[in-house]
Amino acid sequence: MSVVPGRAALRVGPVSAPWRPRTVLVPLVTLGVLFLGVVVNCGRGDIDIPFGQVALALFGGGDEADRLVVTELRLPRSATGALVGASLALAGAIIQGLGRNPLASPDILGITAGSGVGAVTVIVFGGAYGGVGGAVADVGVPVAAAAGGLLAAVAVYLLAVRRDLSGYRVLLVGVGVNAVLTSVLSWLLLKADIVDAGRALLWLNGSLNGASWDTARPPLWALVALLPVALALSFPFGALAFDDDTARGLGVRMNATRAVLLLTAVLLTAAATAAAGPVAFVALASPQLAVRLVRAGSPPLLASALVGAAVTVWADVLGRTAFGSVELPVGILTAALGAPYLLYLLVRSGRARTS
Amino acid sequence: MTEALPAPPTKRGRTRQVAPERASRRGVWTVVLVSALVLAVMLSIALGAEPLSPGEIWHGLWHASGSEGDVIVRSLRLPRTVTAVVAGLALGAAGALMQGHTRNPIADPVVLGISAGAGMGVVASIFLVGVTGLYGYVWFGFLGAALAGAGVYAVGALTRGGATPVTLALAGASAHALFTALTAGMVLFDRQALETYRFWTVGSVSGQPLELTVRALPFIVVGLVVAALNTPGLNALSLGEDVARSLGVRVGLNRALGMTAVTLLTGTAVAVCGPIGFVGLVGTHIARYLSGPDYRWITAQAALIGAVLMVAADTLGRLVARPGELQVGIVLALIGAPVFIQLVRRRGAVRI
Repeated sequence: MSVVPGRAALRVGPVSAPWRPRTVLVPLVTLGVLFLGVVVNCGRGDIDIPFGQVALALFGGGDEADRLVVTELRLPRSATGALVGASLALAGAIIQGLGRNPLASPDILGITAGSGVGAVTVIVFGGAYGGVGGAVADVGVPVAAAAGGLLAAVAVYLLAVRRDLSGYRVLLVGVGVNAVLTSVLSWLLLKADIVDAGRALLWLNGSLNGASWDTARPPLWALVALLPVALALSFPFGALAFDDDTARGLGVRMNATRAVLLLTAVLLTAAATAAAGPVAFVALASPQLAVRLVRAGSPPLLASALVGAAVTVWADVLGRTAFGSVELPVGILTAALGAPYLLYLLVRSGRARTS
Repeated sequence: MTEALPAPPTKRGRTRQVAPERASRRGVWTVVLVSALVLAVMLSIALGAEPLSPGEIWHGLWHASGSEGDVIVRSLRLPRTVTAVVAGLALGAAGALMQGHTRNPIADPVVLGISAGAGMGVVASIFLVGVTGLYGYVWFGFLGAALAGAGVYAVGALTRGGATPVTLALAGASAHALFTALTAGMVLFDRQALETYRFWTVGSVSGQPLELTVRALPFIVVGLVVAALNTPGLNALSLGEDVARSLGVRVGLNRALGMTAVTLLTGTAVAVCGPIGFVGLVGTHIARYLSGPDYRWITAQAALIGAVLMVAADTLGRLVARPGELQVGIVLALIGAPVFIQLVRRRGAVRI
């Protein structure tokens, strides 16, 4: 007996699903690529450490000095990158699935910019000379980022809703809201002291330069709390890929599910933005890559998160090592790689016909 | 039965197909816009941290003798007002041409990422090549604007059935993100550059010497002339390329003219006062509302409205945030973005 003709069934207790090798293989392979990226990222630096010894040190072996350099100095950067990438990609996958639109993502809808306004407000006005520290940095920046992201999301929703939520109107309203928020951001940068402005601009381009275990914490907590929520909702999430009537017929409580998923996406975006700034296009491109790798209909949540983590870590490796002594912020790399990809998607999708 | 058909009214030997009331409305509105511009300019010179009386302005403009009022007029208010007028004319006309050529109601130099491209060109020439002076870097601004414009145009051309507002807006948003990221990558590690960049990137007309604007003027004038030459062809093109071709319009030539004008106007305006958005968008829509679908009038009036908007926004920015100021780019984004959102909220967004 197969669930889908031509496919074996996978049954665990009350759960059953068609057995697709790619659903399991792709996350595993991506995990390997991510691990490789972390090893390379931890190995390269002022003192190059052979990759074999890095791998040993990551698992608690190797000699004392290597372990110190790897786990205390270099791993935080990779960990922050991976967590930020995973959070953004998961948020992007959720929003693309809910909007049934491959172009929707927190960056385009202005949610990232909203988080940015929140966080920069705290950096510029809340901190002492040269930046924020202590409780303000630990609590203030993430909370402000979350509040800003939520406000932006609510604004886009209220402006775009009109009996139904047409996918394309949401996108265009998002572009408008994004423009306002970006200009508020540049105004905040002007108000700032030049030291703060340098920090804020670095932050605005999505940078892992200042990453420590402290910066890794917000996206870590967000993922620990919200990844299970997202995965638990993955069945109704899959059903929402169909039209509303079908989803309702499958017994999905649409509005509740949508609201919870959307909140999850916004919080993930805010946590990631608070940690590293808006890393451009990860949220847009990773779910699309994952869809193509898994060959699924709607963005697969877990695979998207892993792809996002791998993409971000490898972009950071590239930004640190490819340009000699200049360390480019990871967001500049992802923008430079992601923007052409978005243009390609636009040209490919003849579906963007209505508005 | 020939007498049943009245002879069409002729004027200067040519047949006019425009309803007389529309024709007179256009004239009236043009006069109104010119007066509004004059009024805005007077207010812009008069208002600010230190309000001036009309007498002081007159004195400062024509018989400057070095009194405090004269210095304010000559070295502060006049340069920024002139810059705002010139940049506004350029951006307004560029917006109208872009909406005409893309047949798209949301086209605008900033929304489509062309300003960001020009900005990248300028910044790259200053910080990578070491070019100084407007005549040096303005060419790189043109190059960047042309590059971004060509990119967005290519997306429109490659998409099946032409670009919709959504496709264009997203292509523009991604081009914008790409170019601003590259620009930031160049200035991030140079404090001096960063200091300049952050004031330039919001779009501001203050702190520019009058000479800079005067030197930019030839490019703007050439751009406006090319734009004016392009408008009759644009009217035909707005019926669709096939119809235009069958009417004897050289489509390729007209597209190239339009692209040249947009590049010249946007590139110069951005090189002088940074990426200022929504001027062309808002100006063109008001102009279309005032005078109908004829691009000859739309372009002229959009340029005027653009200038009024720039001067008014600059004055407003000085008044609301005293003693500091809100840069004109920020004021215009706060005014323009709601207009943009309202445009896309309307059911079946305006089809051009």
